[in-house]
Amino acid sequence: MNLKRYQEVIINPLIKENPITLQILGICSALAVTNNLSVTMVMCVAVTSVISFSNLFISLIRNYIPTSIRIIVQMTIIASLVIVVDELLKAYDYETSKKLSVFVGLIITNCIVMGRAEAFAMKEKPFVSFLDGLGNGIGYSIILIGVAFIRELFGSGTLFGYEILPLVSNGGWYMGNNLLLLPPSSFIIIGLFIWLIRSLQKEQVEEDDFVVSKHSTSPDLTKREINV
Amino acid sequence: MFEHYLNIFITTVFIENIALSLFLGMCTFIAISKKIDAAFGLGVAVIVVCLLTVPLNNLIYNYILREDALTWLGIEGTNLEFVELISYIGVIAASVQILEMFLDKYVPALYNALGQFLPLITVNCAILGASLFMVEKDLLFTESIVYGFGAGFGWALAIVVLAGIREKLKYSDIPEGLKGLGTTFIIVGLMSFGFMSFGGISL
Repeated sequence: MNLKRYQEVIINPLIKENPITLQILGICSALAVTNNLSVTMVMCVAVTSVISFSNLFISLIRNYIPTSIRIIVQMTIIASLVIVVDELLKAYDYETSKKLSVFVGLIITNCIVMGRAEAFAMKEKPFVSFLDGLGNGIGYSIILIGVAFIRELFGSGTLFGYEILPLVSNGGWYMGNNLLLLPPSSFIIIGLFIWLIRSLQKEQVEEDDFVVSKHSTSPDLTKREINV
Repeated sequence: MFEHYLNIFITTVFIENIALSLFLGMCTFIAISKKIDAAFGLGVAVIVVCLLTVPLNNLIYNYILREDALTWLGIEGTNLEFVELISYIGVIAASVQILEMFLDKYVPALYNALGQFLPLITVNCAILGASLFMVEKDLLFTESIVYGFGAGFGWALAIVVLAGIREKLKYSDIPEGLKGLGTTFIIVGLMSFGFMSFGGISL
């Protein structure tokens, strides 16, 4: 029974309750870092580890946090974890850390971390919370890597920096799509991803604010004129 | 002198718009842009908080955290930059809390209008982002006031415009899967392509 719950907690956020496409969490940092797969991978690993561990630690002390100051307590835990990640990156992968610049720091205010802490870790046991963090981190990564894959492959013809589609400028045949190199294109790609996911998962489709009434089929023209 | 400040303001509002060029504060930007009223309220709250926290964080950075910043206390050779993030977010969380209490006591009308948005602002990356970019640009104290206001104003402008577009779109017939979130993403993408045209302007 427990095992089943663990599975659910990890698998649900991947597509069904994906943080980016359904919960509207963590979009902020998703956009500026997706023009290059290897940078995106580093960002995904950083975010996933911060979510999992912040969920774990917050869940461990959840019974001792007074509700009135819980946001500051959560923030402190998250910020400390992000500082650890930031320092590790600077020490072992300085190049990528430069490319990510302020976006590592912005993991603190990445709403996935805060949102999961608030919605899940404050109520559940530590191990389940850790798995929930892991699941959500991976759900976030799937979308980010998908976007980065499209942008890098069709934008500059490479994957992880290796040439896949040889560019015209290097004597190849592929004309790179410069539009995809611009950051706003990732919004449009995510929008299309949402379309894809929602065509497969009908229950995610949003309700209309109001419904357009059917055309009047009454042959009585005078009546129709009054209606107009 | 005035020209210089105007320059910073225009640059932050249009050329480096915090929402549409730097993509900060996107979650609230997309989640709370269904109605113009709500978007406007949130925009004003962001302006106020940015105007408060960016200069405060500038003082903290220049007089406490930066390398050799503590010489005015007679302590030399310090570099506290590694606690940068935690102190900024602390300042932001605290000033949001104080602002909330202050408004509740002295300006209840404004509190009722902004009240529900204030807690959201702590986790709005536009605010923390503004502070981090302020440090990266190495601004002076007075410049940081203008920068803070400009950053907030640019964000508010963007969210009000987006809310306006979404209100109009309520009446259109959109494919099933694109309804709501999907179209919003695409609109934001198109809007930010539009804002890129400001990029060529040199002041």
